[in-house]
Amino acid sequence: MDLVDFPAMGRSDLREMRIAIDGAFREFTRAYGETLENIFHPIQLLLVFIEDLLIDSPWILVLAALAGLVWALGRNLKIVGGTVLALLAIGYFGMWEDTMRTIAMVAVCTLIAVVIGIPTGILMARSDRANATVTPILDMMQTMPSFVYLIPVVMIFGLGKVPGVIAVVIYAVPPIIRLTNLGIRQVPADVLEAAEAFGSSARQKLTDVQLPLALPTIMAGVNQTIMMSLAMVVVASMIGVRGLGQPVLQAINNQYFTLGVMNGLAIVAIAIIFDRATQAYGKRLQKHLEAVHG
Amino acid sequence: MAEATHDIEIRNLYKIFGPNAAKHVESVRNGMTKEELKAQHNHVLGLDDINLTIPAGKIQVVMGLSGSGKSTLIRHINRLIDPTAGELLFDGQDIAKMSETELREFRRQRTGMVFQKFALFPHWTVLENTTYGLHVRGVSRREAEERARRWITRVGLEGFEESYPNQLSGGMQQRVGLARALTNDAEILLMDEAFSALDPLIRTDMQSVLLDLQSELKKTIVFITHDLDEALRLGERIAILRDGKIIQQGTGEQIVLRPKDDYIASFVRDVRRGHVISVRTIMRKGAHAETPVTLPASTLLEEAARAMTNAEVSRANITGRDGQHVGMVTLSKCVAEMIAPDDTEEVDPESQVA
Repeated sequence: MDLVDFPAMGRSDLREMRIAIDGAFREFTRAYGETLENIFHPIQLLLVFIEDLLIDSPWILVLAALAGLVWALGRNLKIVGGTVLALLAIGYFGMWEDTMRTIAMVAVCTLIAVVIGIPTGILMARSDRANATVTPILDMMQTMPSFVYLIPVVMIFGLGKVPGVIAVVIYAVPPIIRLTNLGIRQVPADVLEAAEAFGSSARQKLTDVQLPLALPTIMAGVNQTIMMSLAMVVVASMIGVRGLGQPVLQAINNQYFTLGVMNGLAIVAIAIIFDRATQAYGKRLQKHLEAVHG
Repeated sequence: MAEATHDIEIRNLYKIFGPNAAKHVESVRNGMTKEELKAQHNHVLGLDDINLTIPAGKIQVVMGLSGSGKSTLIRHINRLIDPTAGELLFDGQDIAKMSETELREFRRQRTGMVFQKFALFPHWTVLENTTYGLHVRGVSRREAEERARRWITRVGLEGFEESYPNQLSGGMQQRVGLARALTNDAEILLMDEAFSALDPLIRTDMQSVLLDLQSELKKTIVFITHDLDEALRLGERIAILRDGKIIQQGTGEQIVLRPKDDYIASFVRDVRRGHVISVRTIMRKGAHAETPVTLPASTLLEEAARAMTNAEVSRANITGRDGQHVGMVTLSKCVAEMIAPDDTEEVDPESQVA
């Protein structure tokens, strides 16, 4: 017996297996591709709407609106000042439009991730079986090289915004699911027991006690999701998502050092803005925990 | 005001912790001990054949050391823990058999609970915490707040309505816990080691608050504690729990005077007896003394001794509930009874009276 070569299945069998699966998937995309595209079409509309709004409005209004949003989240003038400076620099170096596209993309992806992620996290917190089922899927979503799941997404949707959003959401949704689950599971048992003793229904427990107490942790998940969508922007540009990722891709292909660094820094700048604003918001949510009896 | 009118009757209650609890009830009924159950089936015997009638409008103390099952027992009354076997009768219903909806209504309308570690909602103010029971019931916010404010004032927290629990000391937090339970205006008040986490002075203070409230509210209070002094001070009836079994129940005086076994005797040895025993139990029945001091039969030994010392006499006449003469007591007898008896000497108050 030969112990050096692994007894692999035959080369021709392997090829046939691949052809069979690829063929079946291709048939599936032919049969259902259009239906799926129609289902996801509203995402395209939403994304285009936000993009147009950000790009077609006077830049000074957009700047003011973004600064106002950051203020509303963090109530911190330092962060607002930093935001304004960063956006002015971005505009001055000619990256305004691409930055707006990226912000629109991240906003839509985060929104979808929240809509999917929080209910999934709640479900996992309530049922150990759901937890055991979803956890390995999340592990796979986070470790599978993103290029691999770009393949079926592109096969179904072709190139464009929607497959980009789907790819980004797959990559960015795990942290919000995990942290919603964690946040709810970390609610102290004695507080839950008190709610129970007063006759709360399961729903009342969730909305009165579990979600509010888990909110700071959930916000940490939102923050992570935003960061990961921003990181995914460059990869998504490979399948036709426009924004700051595209010049970076172009710079890689043509060895344009300065172009790459400038757009890279722009991504870093908005990442920092989002991060500081959402973190400051998360901190504000925990105000009641800070005021300790002295 | 919901005044308590129904006893809580606990009948043959068993609780076994473990995956096949129901299967082992029969063996426990037939005498299998906690140790055997643990060793042979890896199940834990929490409560073993509990029979207890908790009288309406009284404070029933359940006392025991940690692991005795006292917290398990109190959680059966509002079924935060489901019994393995047995009945919990209240107002013609068996709490153990209630459906989920019935149970929720029962908890909302008939019970309030105070917890050892306060278990306040940290993200809400004192006022919001206090209205919780009414909020769950769907009482309008305005009415709930009005009723809650009354109780916040009553427990002495006026001015702290908008504070968060974290801003308050332990004693104040437990006042919030008490106000939260009282605002429910229910006839049963469950207090699970409610004052155990407080330091001694605050604890005594809270006991006074509770006694004061109870003299007016007359709720059915189930009070869990591991502290005998607290049990004797609060409990109109006391049940002592050990290894999931009730080993003695009665009034504090009965337990101090006639501890049922060495375990309880070792507990009551350090009790301030003069604080617990009344002259009724040591008086010489029918005897009469020439003395200006007359005391009611419920007078505690310490008070009686003080009254006689102040009047500089050594005897006092004792009167019954309606004021008629029933007997007399001497100062030396009072003092002798206040000092703990020797371990060798069996205390039998009846024989000593004669």
